[in-house]
Amino acid sequence: MESLTYREALGRALADAMREDESVFVLGEEVGRYGGAYGVTKGLIEEFGPERLLDTPISEAGIVGAAVGAAMAGMRPVAELMYIDFIGMTMDQLGNQAAKIRYMFGGQIGVPMVLRTQGGTGRSAGAQHSQSLEAYVMHTPGLRLAIPATVADAYHLLRAALTQPDPVVFIEHKALYAMKAEVDLAAPVPDWGQAALRREGGDLVIVSYSRQVHYALEAAEALAGEGIEAAVVDLRTLNPLDFETIRPLVEAAGRAMVVSEGPMTAGVAAELAARISEECFDYLEDPVVRVAGEDIPISVSTALETASVPTPELIAATARRLCR
Amino acid sequence: MTRDNNGLGDLFREMLRIRIFEERVGELFVRGESAGSMLHLSIGEESAAVGVCSAMKDGDTFTTHHRGHGIFLARGANPDRMMAEIAGKETGYCGGKGGSMHIADMGLGHLGANAIVGGGIPAVVGAALAAKRQGTGAISVAFFGDGAMQQGILYEAMNMAALWDLPAVFVCINNQWGMGTRIDQATKSTDLHVRAKAFGLKAETVDGLDVREVQGAATRILDAARVGRPGFLAVDCYRFYGHARKDKSPYRDETEEAEGRKRDPVAFARAALTESGKAEAELADMEAAIAAEMDASIDYAIGSDEPPLEAMFRDVFAPGEPEPEPVAARLDRVLARE
Ligand SMILES: Cc1ncc(C[n+]2csc(CCOP(=O)(O)OP(=O)(O)O)c2C)c(N)n1
Repeated sequence: MESLTYREALGRALADAMREDESVFVLGEEVGRYGGAYGVTKGLIEEFGPERLLDTPISEAGIVGAAVGAAMAGMRPVAELMYIDFIGMTMDQLGNQAAKIRYMFGGQIGVPMVLRTQGGTGRSAGAQHSQSLEAYVMHTPGLRLAIPATVADAYHLLRAALTQPDPVVFIEHKALYAMKAEVDLAAPVPDWGQAALRREGGDLVIVSYSRQVHYALEAAEALAGEGIEAAVVDLRTLNPLDFETIRPLVEAAGRAMVVSEGPMTAGVAAELAARISEECFDYLEDPVVRVAGEDIPISVSTALETASVPTPELIAATARRLCR
Repeated sequence: MTRDNNGLGDLFREMLRIRIFEERVGELFVRGESAGSMLHLSIGEESAAVGVCSAMKDGDTFTTHHRGHGIFLARGANPDRMMAEIAGKETGYCGGKGGSMHIADMGLGHLGANAIVGGGIPAVVGAALAAKRQGTGAISVAFFGDGAMQQGILYEAMNMAALWDLPAVFVCINNQWGMGTRIDQATKSTDLHVRAKAFGLKAETVDGLDVREVQGAATRILDAARVGRPGFLAVDCYRFYGHARKDKSPYRDETEEAEGRKRDPVAFARAALTESGKAEAELADMEAAIAAEMDASIDYAIGSDEPPLEAMFRDVFAPGEPEPEPVAARLDRVLARE
């Protein structure tokens, strides 16, 4: 066992992958000398040098586009997008190039790149630095999407992302970087594409990912004191989506809630709720409920920012009403 | 005072207001009263803001980057409302929704500060296009850092401005650093105005040490823009402190920093005023008055309220238009079922 932060686990995953595979390299703004805006790549330039920790100009479209070309030419680039809010600037390279190259070109070549980025609220960073845009990615055929909630997954999902044959968008949460846990990185974790059951419970299934998994667990803890047992599923990857873990749990409990920080309308929670409603219809006692972000931009005001996304209290209160 | 030393007294006062305001922003953070820590101070760059803005006129519009407090002050911002916005308060310019990186005020022509590097640049093309169509005689000015010189959008914008002979100006405040990346680590082509020339803009680079030089260059560029010749101005200066409030610039060499801070446009103007016979007592009085004004802005910000929760759904769309429905309202409907 060792004590690691989410941030350190990510850095460790990159270092281990770079040691094992010469073709892995990192490119992005401030990834080298500075060590990453959130410190994930700190210290890596000392071991791997400036060619494998490639500091780039502030040119997001170019960074992602270069990663696409390098991946097609046999490298394993890890491009870093400092904030997921900048994804719009890269969306052509990501959505029209990386995502479609294998298909358009009849399967001749893939784009095995990883785009690491981070999102979410929690720093009063304002409307252009606090968004949860995973739905943009999930809505684009051809992109894999990993979104770790735990320290162990920060490590393992990033390692697994670096073995994928296709482009992976890897979304971290800015409020989780300092989270510390005792982990044994040699201990087995679910495979790539498999969800993790973080808590068992027969009254209700809460399906979530990223920071909201922790909020859901906190809510489940409070609910347990009141006699409501909620299972908590951490999806880990949104593409592939592990519905096989969700289905039997929902069939047994008869109730499901989906929790996501991104805006509710046409978001990840909407997709999951639709899927559960369609596929588990005969077992459901109540409608599948979405607890998700408001359909508004994020304010810099801490009061408004906090009120814009689900809290453990909202999750628990909703569960209480649902299970009443 | 307007006429003393070709207006240097006024330019100095404006620069000093920015310097002291930015110091107070730092204080707001230290006191735990700012909304977050993403506060980018423009200390060392005051001559760019004041020199260029002094060549602007009422009715002109502009956009800024994330390091834009000084520019807006130089265009007449009220420091109380700026500080309140930086604290995320209801009395701020944007009601506490925007924050330091998103201050805007249509009344003063401020089309908005931006947290996307390069994000505010193309809007001046549109604003200039509108001014030209409407015959207002106004120009539109984009302010951005040297980091934005590496964003493709700048080149789309400059090309359109030139193609359509628009009253648009692009001002690059080259403080030599973009976070931990020095300009020569971001580009081989560090002679920035040459790029704009290639698109057919009237372009110059000016040293930001002497605000009068900046004012002179800005006047040449902005006057040309007013008659349909778009322009570009790079102002060379130095980012005195870290990128944002928490950054201590460990990636910079101390000698470089010490040298950079010697290129202080505020100290330079003060020395020039003293040399031209301005009494020390008069300068000290000015400093004290500005310090009091900026102290008051902190009190104003701290004494203001957070925006009310009802404000949350307002302004996503125009007043009177359907607002997004709160999650709670949707949950109420769903959970009300028997
Ligand atoms: C599109 C985009 N990329 C990256 C960032 C992160 N970032 C914010 S400021 C900054 C450096 C900007 O440097 P420069 O343009 O020179 O302005 P300065 O901060 O020096 O005033 C970076 C990389 C951002 N906000 N937006």
